[in-house]
Formats: sequence, structure tokens, C-alpha cells
Amino acid sequence: MSNARTAILQRLNSVERPVVDVSARESLSVVSWDKAECIHRFTERMQAVRAEVHRSDRGNWLDKVAEICKTKGLNNLLLSPKTEWGQVITQNAAQFPRLKHYERSIEDWKEELFYQVDAGLTSTLGGIAETGTLILWSSPDEPRTLSLVPPIHIAILDTDKLYTTFAKAVKTQGWLEQGLPTNALLISGPSRSADIAQVLAYGVHGPRELVVVLV
Amino acid sequence: MAKPTEFRIDVEKALGKTEVRAHFRKAMDTLMTNRRNQFPDDAALQALRTQAQAIRANALSKLPELLEQLETNLTKNGVQVHWAETTDEANQIVLGIMQKHHAQSIIKGKSMVSEEMGLNHFLEERGIEALESDLGEFIIQLDGETPSHIIMPAIHKSKEQISKLFHEKFPDIPYTDNVDELTASARRILRDKFYAAPVGLSGVNFAVAETGTLCLVENEGNGRMSTTIPPVHIAVTGIEKVVEKLSDIPPLLSILPRSATGQPITTYFNMISGPRKADEKDGPTEVHLVLLDNGRSRIYSDPELLATLRCIRCGACINHCPVYVRIGGHSYGTVYPGPIGTILEPQKEGLKVHGELIQASSLCGACGEVCPVRIPIPNIINRLRHDSVRKDTENTPTQDAGTRRKPLEAAIWQAWSWSASHPSLYNFGGKTATQLRGLVPNNLGAWTKVRTAPKLAEQTLHQQLKALGVDHE
Repeated sequence: MSNARTAILQRLNSVERPVVDVSARESLSVVSWDKAECIHRFTERMQAVRAEVHRSDRGNWLDKVAEICKTKGLNNLLLSPKTEWGQVITQNAAQFPRLKHYERSIEDWKEELFYQVDAGLTSTLGGIAETGTLILWSSPDEPRTLSLVPPIHIAILDTDKLYTTFAKAVKTQGWLEQGLPTNALLISGPSRSADIAQVLAYGVHGPRELVVVLV
Repeated sequence: MAKPTEFRIDVEKALGKTEVRAHFRKAMDTLMTNRRNQFPDDAALQALRTQAQAIRANALSKLPELLEQLETNLTKNGVQVHWAETTDEANQIVLGIMQKHHAQSIIKGKSMVSEEMGLNHFLEERGIEALESDLGEFIIQLDGETPSHIIMPAIHKSKEQISKLFHEKFPDIPYTDNVDELTASARRILRDKFYAAPVGLSGVNFAVAETGTLCLVENEGNGRMSTTIPPVHIAVTGIEKVVEKLSDIPPLLSILPRSATGQPITTYFNMISGPRKADEKDGPTEVHLVLLDNGRSRIYSDPELLATLRCIRCGACINHCPVYVRIGGHSYGTVYPGPIGTILEPQKEGLKVHGELIQASSLCGACGEVCPVRIPIPNIINRLRHDSVRKDTENTPTQDAGTRRKPLEAAIWQAWSWSASHPSLYNFGGKTATQLRGLVPNNLGAWTKVRTAPKLAEQTLHQQLKALGVDHE
């Protein structure tokens, strides 16, 4: 339909362009919260949408994640063995439910992924304090469905990568310079809907539960 | 009196449904409260509106260049870009892609542009199943209905109606009016559909020209599933949805969900910049974008009407509209209801089809006040009213301009305008009218059907002011 393209562009180009005042376009909201404030706000927002937030540190995060798996009664946990967290978990597999590694293309094990995985664990690229948001970028190690298909999503967030706002995260992390992945995601809670009589229900298509472990 | 139009009949019917009206009132009150709670600081809200307006206005001022840039970058990222002048062309493009893959079904995330295209109907006529996966859209599709709200498509339905509907359509599932259980049933049913679907479809909230990125705002995950699981993803969007830079996105994402549902942010914000790469394990292997014009470039040609295209489809104007809350979404008889529909639909489809909508406004101004991108909706309603009766129809791109012009009405207003610019004649006319006040009939047609006839004052305003010693000359 290249004719349509030519015709549409021709019509748009034949118009005398409006002069617009765009001076307000670049203004950035200035918030300066310290790390503690960021953690506080992030946690409050997440909990408000029924996500679980657990605090931990470099020394005990592994036990924390193991404990969460136990509490939830997970039979298995899907993860990448190649991330910083996935490596350590894999080395300590005895503490965890049966580990499944996301190593094949979705077509090769779609049925298992859809119907036999209890939870997916992912790393995160960072978090946003203002809105209580996780940043995830799809990658060969951590594909899109890892945080989407299993009914429980466990995400590990390094609190050094907690930014005040989305704009700040994009800027500081240099998204534009790096080039975007096939799928960049902001996740701010478990899947939800209010489409039935404005009553909030969780776990519509994405995970029913979102568990964030702050390290 | 003239035969009542379809719109008036529908409005009459809607006004009679007391229960539905109460339901809408409650829903809109909640949405308005939620929005208000998101903007405790008015100065910050106004600054953000100004910023969002500037971002959208900037994008429109560079629209043809940005569309070409978007196309270039998407193509570079491996996304195939298609252009459609009409909804029929857009439907044919979708069909063509599906045929190439021998696909007999498509699963859809929420998309108002696909509603505009009438895509479900088009595909079903050709034996292809088009299944909605947004919970609200899924519900109304079960009942053979269209959305009554652009972001909450099933808002007109009560919990009881939905419970009954589920039981009727899925007799194997035990009857329940528990919302969690209903949601879980829908999840189960649609999971299997996602699993098997050969093609997924979505709309687009923002398209970033600079990076070649399609952004989707949603809460349920239907958008993520539709764009991740099926091997082919088709996105459809209007040509106006493009923005220039990645840095334009955070402010828009900040104001959209807060204006729409009163959420600080939606559960998912999904930025798609291409199909699955060779080393990736999931995601569609093919991504298509269909850019639809359908009258938008015509709207673009008028500097005043252009503001219509700034819209980011949050629905705040709908939630705050005193007309919408009373008549509901279906009475409009359009894809987009409420104030935004009132200005968009007559421009897209012409004044002959939807020109009546512009009369269905009290011009209270609420829509313009809450619009996150400051579209002057009341002014545009007025402009379209003018277009509908104007004589110089060559000066507006609006289709069917001047078709509502009545010679008698025009003559009366012309006489009025002439007398109002001739003071002595005007004063004489005013005084005469007060003296003849007894002659005003009690029956003034449609006006007195629901009101008492107005009575002229004993003295004109000029006379009264003079008596008070005000010099009005």
C-alpha cells in the first residue's frame, strides 16, 4: 500500500504547519529523595497494589528467596542460571524447589511453560520510587515470558539501582545511548483488572502475585 | 415536528434506564475521585498538562517527518510498516498478513483503533475468529456488544449481568457472582487461546520516532500476552500517536493513567522495539505496524481542529461529562463516546452522520478542564456547530459543512446581528417587545415540552440600568 503512504504524507506535507510553543516540553520534575526515602516510597506503592516487598542484604538475600519459595509451597522455580542471582541460586539448588532453567526457545516447551511452572524469578534493571515500579529488559537469558506466564513473579532489585522517577532512570541509565531491547518493561504490581463492576481482581493474564526482594 | 432521529431515540431509551444510570453515576464518581486524589497539587498538575500538551503539539507540528522517521527506525529494528488511508485498507492489510500465515484466528489486546476498523466483524465475515482478551472487551464480545467507554469497555454491565452471561456462555462453569472466580475463569479460557493463537493484535499508546518503539499501557497483561506469545504480532494505530523522543514518554506516562483511572501508573508499560532476535527465546518472530489515517490528515489541515489529534485517549473527558453520565456510551452510536467522540466522530465520519452529537453538549467546560493535553473541547464543539451551519464551507475541512444551515434560521440571526449593531433600532425593538409581553404564547414547541414558556420582563435591561443610574452608553 505504498500509494496510501504517498497520499497520506502528501496531505500532511501540504499543510501550513502550526507554530507551537514547546518550551514546556523539556521540564523535568525535580524530586530529590535519598536512598531510604526511595525505598520507603517504592515499598509503599508496591504494597498498595498488593505486591509483596521483602528487605534483605548481600548476606541473606539467598535465604530470603529460599524462604519465600518455601512459604509459597512452590514445586519448581524457573530462572536463568546466568544472571548474578541465578548463578548463586543454582549453586545452592538444595535450598530451593526444583530449578528449571530457561534454556530453550518457547516453541520447544510451551506446554510446560504454560501449565507446569509455579513461579519465575528475574533480575531487574532497576526500580522507580515515585510509582513503585520495576524495570525489566528482555534478553536471551531472561526472556519476556519469564516475568509473564508463571502465576508468581519473584523479582530481585538491587537498591542501588532505585531511581526517583522514570525520566531519571532513562537518563541515568542512558537508555537512548544503549539502544532499547526488543522489549523494555515497567512492572508495577501483579496483573489486575477492574473490568467487572469496578471490583479489583488480580491475576487476569499476567502473574497473580508479584514478590519483590530488595537487596 | 420532525421525526426523532436515531440518536434521540437512543438517548430517550437510555434516560429511562434508571438502574443503568445509577450504575454510571457511581462509576464516574469513583473515577473522578480517583483522578482528583492523584493530583493533590494543582500547580504541579497544570505544569504537567502544559508539558504534555507541548509534547503532543510538538509531535503534530512535525508529523510527516516523524512518521517517516518512525518508519525508518522500525524497519531498521525489523518491524514491517504498513500505511492505510481507510479502515477498509487497514482491514485488508491485517487479513493479508493472516493469510500469508494461513492463520484462522487472532487474539486481540485492547485496541480502540481496531474497533474503529470494525476488524472483528470484517474478519468473522471471512471465517476468521477474532477473540478479545481484555477482560472488559471479552465480556462485551460474549454479549455481542460494543464498548461503552474507551478504557472500561464493559462499564455499563453490572456484576449480576456478567455472572449470568458467563454461566450462559460457559455452562460447564458453575454459576458464581464472585469477581475473583469470574476473573479466574476468564484467565483459564484465554490462557488456552493465547497458547494456540497464531497471530496477536494490539493497539499503540505512543510510538517513539527516535527509537522505533511501540508503547502499550495496560493493567491485565492482555497486551503483553498478545504481543509476546503468538508468533506474529500486528499493531494498529492512528497516524497521530507518534511522539518525537524517548524523553517525551515519561511525562505522558505520568499523566495518562492518573487522568484515566486515577492510578499512579498502570501495572504494565510495555515498550516494543522489534521482533525476537536470533539469540532470543521468545517473542514474535514477525512484528507489523499498520498506520491508519481514516480522516486524520483532513483534521490535520485545520489549525484549530488539529488540537483534536493531541488526544492520548485517557477518557478523563468522558468520566467528567454530565451528558455521558446520563446517557451512557452506547447512545452516541459511535466508536468513541463522550466529549472526545463528540468532536472526533463528526470530523472523521462527517456531519451528516454524527453532526447531531455536537448539539448534545451543555458546554459546561469540564472536559476541557480535565484534558491532560489541554484540548479545548468546548471550543471545538462550538467550531463544529459553526461548521455545520456556515456558508463559506470552502474554509473548513469538515465534511458536510453547511448541511445544517436553515435559511430562515440564518435570516433571523442576520437580522438580530444587524439590529444589535444599530442602537436606536435595538432599543426600539426591546421596548416594543416588553410592551407586547402578554402576547408570548404558552406553547413554544419543543422548548415548552419540558419547560414553562419564558416571560419577557416589564422593562428592558437598558431601562432598568438607566433607572439605577448606570450609564450604559
